[in-house]
Amino acid sequence: MSAGSTQYDPVEVAVLSPDEVARARDAALAAIAAASDLDELKAARLAHFGDRAPLTLANAEIGALPPAARAEAGKRVGAARGQVRRAIEERETALEAERDERILTAETVDVTLPADRVPRGARHPDTLVSDRLTDVFVAMGYEVAEGPEVEAEWYNFDALNFPPDHPARAMQDTLFVAGPDGGEGSGMVLRTHTSPVQIRAMLTRQLPLYVVSPGKCFRTDELDATHSPVFHQIEGLAVDEGLTMADLRGAVQAFVDAMFGEGLRTRFRPDFFPFTEPSADVSMECHVCRGGSARPGGDPCRVCKSQGWIEIAGCGMVNPRVLVACGIDPDRYSGFAFGLGIERTLMIAHGVTDIRDTIEGDVRFSAAFGMEI
Amino acid sequence: MRIPLSWAREYAPIGDEAADPAEVARRLTAAGLEVESAEQVGHDVRGVVVAEVLEIEELTEHKKPIRFCRLTAGETDPGGEPAAVICGAANFSVGDRVPLALPGAELPGGVRIGAKQAYGRMSAGMICSAAELAIGDDHAGILVLPTDAPLGADFAEYAGLRDVVLDIAVTPDRGYALSVRGVARELASAYGMSFTDPAGTDITDDAPGSGAQDVYPASIADPTACDRFVLREVRGLDPAARTPLWMRVRLARSGTRCVSLAVDITNYLMLELGQPLHAFDRAKLNGPIVVRRAQPGEKLETLDHVVRTLDPDDILITDSSGPISMAGTMGGISTEIDEDSADLVIEAAHFSAEGTARMGRRHKLSSDASYRFERGVDRELPLRASAKAVSMLASFGGASVLPGCTHASVEVEPVMITLPVSYPDEVAGVIYGRDTVVRRLRETGCEVWQTAPASAEGRAPADGKHLRHEHGRHDRSVAALVVGPPSWRPDLTDPSDLAEEVIRLEGYANIPMRMPRATAGHGLTGRQRMRRTVGRALAGSGYVEVLSSPFGPAADAEALQLPPEDLRRVAVVVANPLSEDEPLLRTTLLPGLLRVLARNIGRGFADVALFEMGLVFHPRPGSDGVAPILGVDRAPTVEELGMLHAALPDQPRRVAAVLSGNRELAGWWGSQGRPASWADAVQAASEVCRACRVPVEVRAAQQAPWHPGRCAAIFVQAGEGREWLAGHAGELHPRVVRAFGLPDRACAMEVDLSVIETATDLVGPVSPPLLSGYPVATQDVALSVPAAVPAARVQEALTAGVSAVGAGELLEDIALFDLYTGEQTGEGRKSLAYTLRFRAPDRTLTVEETSSLRDAAVAEAARQVDAVPRGG
Ligand SMILES: [Zn+2]
Repeated sequence: MSAGSTQYDPVEVAVLSPDEVARARDAALAAIAAASDLDELKAARLAHFGDRAPLTLANAEIGALPPAARAEAGKRVGAARGQVRRAIEERETALEAERDERILTAETVDVTLPADRVPRGARHPDTLVSDRLTDVFVAMGYEVAEGPEVEAEWYNFDALNFPPDHPARAMQDTLFVAGPDGGEGSGMVLRTHTSPVQIRAMLTRQLPLYVVSPGKCFRTDELDATHSPVFHQIEGLAVDEGLTMADLRGAVQAFVDAMFGEGLRTRFRPDFFPFTEPSADVSMECHVCRGGSARPGGDPCRVCKSQGWIEIAGCGMVNPRVLVACGIDPDRYSGFAFGLGIERTLMIAHGVTDIRDTIEGDVRFSAAFGMEI
Repeated sequence: MRIPLSWAREYAPIGDEAADPAEVARRLTAAGLEVESAEQVGHDVRGVVVAEVLEIEELTEHKKPIRFCRLTAGETDPGGEPAAVICGAANFSVGDRVPLALPGAELPGGVRIGAKQAYGRMSAGMICSAAELAIGDDHAGILVLPTDAPLGADFAEYAGLRDVVLDIAVTPDRGYALSVRGVARELASAYGMSFTDPAGTDITDDAPGSGAQDVYPASIADPTACDRFVLREVRGLDPAARTPLWMRVRLARSGTRCVSLAVDITNYLMLELGQPLHAFDRAKLNGPIVVRRAQPGEKLETLDHVVRTLDPDDILITDSSGPISMAGTMGGISTEIDEDSADLVIEAAHFSAEGTARMGRRHKLSSDASYRFERGVDRELPLRASAKAVSMLASFGGASVLPGCTHASVEVEPVMITLPVSYPDEVAGVIYGRDTVVRRLRETGCEVWQTAPASAEGRAPADGKHLRHEHGRHDRSVAALVVGPPSWRPDLTDPSDLAEEVIRLEGYANIPMRMPRATAGHGLTGRQRMRRTVGRALAGSGYVEVLSSPFGPAADAEALQLPPEDLRRVAVVVANPLSEDEPLLRTTLLPGLLRVLARNIGRGFADVALFEMGLVFHPRPGSDGVAPILGVDRAPTVEELGMLHAALPDQPRRVAAVLSGNRELAGWWGSQGRPASWADAVQAASEVCRACRVPVEVRAAQQAPWHPGRCAAIFVQAGEGREWLAGHAGELHPRVVRAFGLPDRACAMEVDLSVIETATDLVGPVSPPLLSGYPVATQDVALSVPAAVPAARVQEALTAGVSAVGAGELLEDIALFDLYTGEQTGEGRKSLAYTLRFRAPDRTLTVEETSSLRDAAVAEAARQVDAVPRGG
């Protein structure tokens, strides 16, 4: 091997002849093309592009040429080496892609295998409906008020204008907390409705007042498909200056619009609750048949029993006596209140037909509703 | 309240067209009398005619008396021949007129009558009893008709069977509507027709002090119990007299049983007028009647054959022998009329609504009479109703009426209500105007006097219909009406009651709708948001929310292995529980949840994780267990509210979870699954605390109902060194598992959300961490410690060791990655391996630095918990 350009030895540089370079290049390209996997390509690279490869050696001889010959020989060898390098790169890319495809294909799994390793959880539909209803009212500017489930009779009845011996009080089928003698004289009950929270709100909050109170209630009802001794209600209460039944109708309509969608009419009919005067029960047009089942020739509707209307709530203007018991001047303020059953709403909105499903705790029931309703 | 529409139409003359049942129901319901059903009746009786008995042949060869009868229905006899019919009843004679169902007839219940062979004869039809015609429950005898019943007439038409029966749900404020009189008044009003008052009987002999002659002596000893007491008398009632057919039909349609003429008349008049009446057998009375409260120890056997011990608050009708009737509720046996009673004393009175309500509740006794008295009876009815009663006894029972009546009465202050003319407008948000208000009030029977000539319309806003939104007082000083409610409306006491009358009669449908103006609310409170987060976190971790019963048996305390002094044994007791076996309110959510868990397992679900959020109840220590009943004429004072609060049980909100079976399921990834363990329960408890962003500390504890060696106490840190016990978690005690019928190794946790929420309030808002960009440096340590040392303590010691050299903030995290117990750890020791992650905020830590921090940590662990480094 030559170290300098001072000695000229034409025999020694035969490898730089165009023929030799072309042959070495062709041999390299052939070997690269013939490589069927990355290992063979690696061997071909070593043989034809490595330190001992003919083209590498030829390249090293360029320096031994007389200066006039170097440029041409360098060009020739450089071009050949460039062709070989590109061929190696191309082949490598192709072989890598081939290899990746083969491996990834081999790694294919059955993605339809069941993936739930932990059983799914769920919230109770009563909670979901309660949260949903609450959110509707919170969006209307109401705040959530709460109270205890074991309640003083005064809050549950007297302050709500249920006189002590009035039949309305007996109609509530009350569970009483036992007094010291074991009898019903403790002055405490399991609240029969969420209305005592109205009293608590009026006694403790600033006016004007817009609150909604969801919660658990208790009555001595026999358990059947539509009655449960433990159930949930949600009640709204507004106390402000100048509130009228027109405002109550508006609030109820806004609620129905938000909960069941726009365009369902609401209807008030007289009813009786001691704490409201006047009182009304509220029906809305059936959200399923939109009243169609009640019209002549309409298809029957199971949801409204072809009545066209569904009773959804009770409501009324707060009885001035209730305001007085809460220290509110009934000459200045008026109020309205409305209440509905959570389970009943669940039954209406989601077609639940047996209220017992809500209290038995069968995982299938809650699981069907999941996390959001 | 069931009434035949025809009866109401007698006093509210609406036409046949208008009497369409659906329309009647709609109008009454819109006026506040909710018609639950309007049922067509009597259309199921077809082919029954009035026939006369011509011949009776007694067939004696059978086990019971059988009659073979020939009857004629006159010209309608099929084929012109008298009918031949077998009959098992014997209460009729030749010449009687009876209802005869001819072959082809239909009777209620879908019964079809044909000709058939019976007792060896051909029977072509059936002679009907009242029960077979659905107008009574008398099966035994044939319904014998009056002799003037037209031969051959269609029976259903003759007896007025075809009718509409309204079933009305009367709200407790509307006592007056528990009568045909009240319903007819509303019906007339709903159709704009004139109303004829069935109580409009002219009474001439009744005015107190008019010198009208008293009959049986009576007086009121307690004017708070009764403010009017009227007696009338009849003599010589024919005990065989029968109740007229039309009355029987009306009673049957109203759901009232026929008993005897006298009883039927009192029931009939109660239904028609709303005034309960009672008939005494005069021969069984002793001395003057006195209305008074009971004396201690008095007893009365009532008509239902129950001997009742009376309470000094009970209102009684008494004679010189003692109590003879519980006023307005139920009569006594000793003076009951029987089939021989001929001389009757008829009582009509006005008893205290509250008094009868209390008495009924005390004796768990309710009757049609007490139901009405509780809801308010017209004080002006006793004279009229009793006059009608004796007149009917005379007409239908051949009795003679003794002239005069006994009338004891107490002066009652009439109710007068001052009503600002615009008040109904202000309640409804509608301008009705004075004329409408006055007209509607008069329609309900109110007397109305106008005190000021000012015109309400003068204040109406320009658009004439909707009320302007007015911030201001309901001004009651101008344009007021003075209103005297009618005697049958004791429920009308306040201006708001009168406003409701006007608004309902004008129609709720005519109230406009004003959409709400948004108010400035604050949204959910932090605690309310937190509860939702807890629920979602647990559901997200695979727990299913359920609602278990809040009631439980006293035996739960044993089943949970609670020690004698455990506070969870002290429960709130329900005086009238739904089930005698479950009188206690829960003090822990666990027993209810465990029962639900067992139910699910029983239904074939082996891998179950449940949670519940709810209140538990602890009697407040030091409370006497009685909450006072405060007044309602003003707001309670702070002290009074404090008394209520002090009496009420403590009602903290808890969250609990229970698990059984596999926490991670068996499947194609492995056939074993991972069984739920104590650690899952601890994780669930920690998760609740983390959802509320409170730091948690877990310590070993021994607490029922958990396994004593597998129970963790969950402490929350509330900042400034405060630390509170929030609850427990772990595996349940094997005996508890057995008591609730659960699979082995069931686990549970229960924490007090009230405690956690309070801690959350104190820890304040989250402050963001400083995120250092410098690299992390980890150091692993393996330590041998005595087996009894809790892992949490080792970790605490390691942390403390780093802090002790002033480098606490460099320790980013410390994690246990291995736990080993075996031969190599030596007797009574275990090996724990931790990774310590260090990172500095301002530089790259050197190996020398982190090694020295690790050594400091290990040294502290050696000092605190006898830790020995293993494997260098
Ligand atoms: Zn429908």
